[in-house]
Amino acid sequence: MFRYIVRRLIYVIPMLLGISSLSFFVMQLAPGDALTTMALSPDVSDEIMEAMRARFWLDQPPYMQYIRWITQLFKGDMGHSFLWHAPVSWVIKQRVFNSLLLTVVSLIVAWVLAIPIGIHSAVNQYSWSDKLLTFFAFIGVSIPNWFLGLILLYLTMTRGWGFPIGGMTSIDFAEFTFWEKVVDLARHMFLPTIVLSTGTLASLMRYMRSNLLDVLRQDYVTTARAKGLAERVVIYRHAVRNAINPLITIFGFQLGGILGGASLTEIVMNWPGIGSLMLNAVQGQDYYLVMGNLIIGGVMLILGNLTADILLAASDPRIRYE
Amino acid sequence: MARTDRENSHTEFAGDGGALRSPWKMAWRKLRRHKLAVAGMWVLIFLHLFAIFADFFAPYSELTTDRRRTYHSPTKIHIFHEGKLVRPFVYGYTRVDTLRNIYEEDKSTMYPIYFFVRGDKYNILGIESDLRLFGVEAPGKIYLMGADRYGRDIFSRLAYGGRRSLFIGIIGLVISLSIGMIYGGVSGYFGGWVDNLMMRISEIIISIPGFYLLLALSAILPPNIPSDRRFMLITIILAFIGWAGLARVIRGMVLSISRMEFVAGAEAIGASQPRIIVRHILPNTMSYVIVHATLSIPSFILSESGLSFIGVGIQHPLASWGNMLSEALNLASLTRYPWLLIPGFFIFVTVLSYSFFGDGLRDALDPKTQT
Repeated sequence: MFRYIVRRLIYVIPMLLGISSLSFFVMQLAPGDALTTMALSPDVSDEIMEAMRARFWLDQPPYMQYIRWITQLFKGDMGHSFLWHAPVSWVIKQRVFNSLLLTVVSLIVAWVLAIPIGIHSAVNQYSWSDKLLTFFAFIGVSIPNWFLGLILLYLTMTRGWGFPIGGMTSIDFAEFTFWEKVVDLARHMFLPTIVLSTGTLASLMRYMRSNLLDVLRQDYVTTARAKGLAERVVIYRHAVRNAINPLITIFGFQLGGILGGASLTEIVMNWPGIGSLMLNAVQGQDYYLVMGNLIIGGVMLILGNLTADILLAASDPRIRYE
Repeated sequence: MARTDRENSHTEFAGDGGALRSPWKMAWRKLRRHKLAVAGMWVLIFLHLFAIFADFFAPYSELTTDRRRTYHSPTKIHIFHEGKLVRPFVYGYTRVDTLRNIYEEDKSTMYPIYFFVRGDKYNILGIESDLRLFGVEAPGKIYLMGADRYGRDIFSRLAYGGRRSLFIGIIGLVISLSIGMIYGGVSGYFGGWVDNLMMRISEIIISIPGFYLLLALSAILPPNIPSDRRFMLITIILAFIGWAGLARVIRGMVLSISRMEFVAGAEAIGASQPRIIVRHILPNTMSYVIVHATLSIPSFILSESGLSFIGVGIQHPLASWGNMLSEALNLASLTRYPWLLIPGFFIFVTVLSYSFFGDGLRDALDPKTQT
C-alpha cells in the first residue's frame, strides 16, 4: 500500500509537467499578451514597454518562458500577476480560503442530507415520499447551477427574502464582534451554498438510493432477515454499510473538483473565489495567474483521485494495490 | 460487473436465431414501456425540429432588432375584442416609461395573428423562402416571450439558438466518441507499453481541471473569426476535453473482449489489426457507448451554455441559450425583465429529457431486465 502511494505521488510530477506545458502553449496561441492593453495606453512610452517585456521575459520565445516559469515553480515562486501587480501565490492565497469555505460547506450540506434521504427513499421504495424525492432529484440533477443561482437571485430581489446579494461580507464587517461576523458570513453564504450543493445532493441521493436497493436484494440481507434480526439492524448494520462503499469514489472526485468545480457558481453569485479570479485572469491574458490556478486545480484533482483510491482500499478488504 | 454484462449480451446476440426477436427490437419494446423515457424522447425530437426549422417556427429572423422596443414585455394574445369573440390577435403597445421600458397595450390598434405568413427571408438547405408559421402585420409585433436589450424576439432567438446549443452536444459527442473509441480500442488491443503510454497521456487530459482548460482554450480564440468557425472550434474544444474518460472505459472493455475466442478466430484467418479492432471488437462495446452517449450529451450542452453565459463561448449577436442568459447577470435587468430567464428553462428541459431518455435506454439495453 505504502509503495503504491509513493509510486502514485511520483507520477504526479510528469503529469503536472504535461498539464502545465499543454496549457502554457495553448495560452501562447492567443493573439497579444498580458501587456497588450498596457501598450495601447498613450501614457506608457515604448521604452517602458520594452523594459517591461524584458523584465517578464515576454520578448523571449515561448519555450524559454516556459522553462523559466517551471524552474521558478520548483523554487516555490509561481510568477507575477500582471492584473494584480503582485506575486501569483499571494493573489491565489487571498482567494483559496473563500473557495474552500464555500465548497467544503456545500459538500458537507450535500452529504449530510443526501445519505439519510437516499436511505429513506430506498427503504420506502415507490411510496409517495420516494416519488416526490426522486422527482426533486431529477430536477436538481438537470438544472444548471448557474441558472439556479439566477432564479434564486431573482426571487431574493423580488420577494424581499432579505439575503445579501453578492460578496462574502458586509461593508462594516471589520467592526463586528466575532459572533456578528459568523452570522454575517453565514447569511452571505446561504444562497451560494444552496446553489452549489443542490446538484451534488440530488445525484448523491440517487446513487445512495439505487446502491441500497441493489444491496437489499442480495442474499446475505435475506439471510439476516431470516435469522430474525430487527429490520433496523438489517438496514443500518448490514445494508447501508455496503451501499455507502461505492460512494467513496464519488467523494474522491468531489475532493478533486473542490477548487475548480464552483467556478460558475462563484461568478453568478459574485463570490470572491478562485473561479471568478480565473475568469478575470483568462480574459486579461494573465498567463502566470492562469497557470497557477491550473496547477493548483490539477494537484487537487490528482490528490483527490488518489485519496479516493486509498479510501476505497481502506474500506473494502477485497481491494489490494500491489 | 459491466464486463459480465457484456459477455452475456454477446452470447445472446450470437445465439439469435431467425425465429427470435432481434435484440434491438427487444430493446425498443422495453424502451416503449418506460413512459418518462418516451416522453423525454418526444420532447427532444420536438426541440430539435424546432431548432432545425427555426426559420419556419420563428416569426422573426435571429438578427432582427427593434430599438424602439427595448426589453418589450411578452405580448398578450387575446381572443375577445369589445366583448366579441374574434380570431386571436395582439394589441399594439406603447412605451409609457422609456427609462424602465414599461409597455402598455394600446386598445385602439389590433393585429390579428395569421398563420403561414410571409416574413423575413431565409435560406434553408439551399431553398430560399420567407414562409413563417405565424406572424402579425407590420407595424405590429408579436413577442411571445418578450424581447431583449435590442428589441430582438426571444422566442425567435430561442429557435435559432437551439441550433447551436442543441447541436453542439451531438457534434461534440460524435467527435469525442470517435477519438475515445479508436484511442481506447488501440490501447486495449495492443496492451503492453503502448497501452501504458496511451493511458498516461489520457490521465493528463483527465487531470486538467476541465472548466479552467475550457476557459483558457476559449480565450485563445481570436475575437474576430467568423462565427460559424468559432462555433466549430468551441465544439472541438469541448470534444477534446470529453474523450479521455470514454477512452479509458472502452480500453477496459476491449482488454477483456480481445481475449475472447472470436478475436483469436479472426486473427487465425488473417484479418488485419485495424480490421479486428474496428469490425470485431468495437461493435461489442456498442450498447455501453449508446447509453454513455445519451447521458453525456447534456454535459456538452451545459458546458457550452455555461461558457456562453459568462461571455467566452458563442458571441453576440448570434444566439445561444447560454449567451441569451448573460443579460440576466445584470441584477437590475433580471428583476425588471424576468422573461430573460426563459432560455434557462429550455436548457433545463433539454437536460432533463436527455436524462430520462438515457435512463430508459440503459434499462432497455440491459439484457438483465425482463421484457
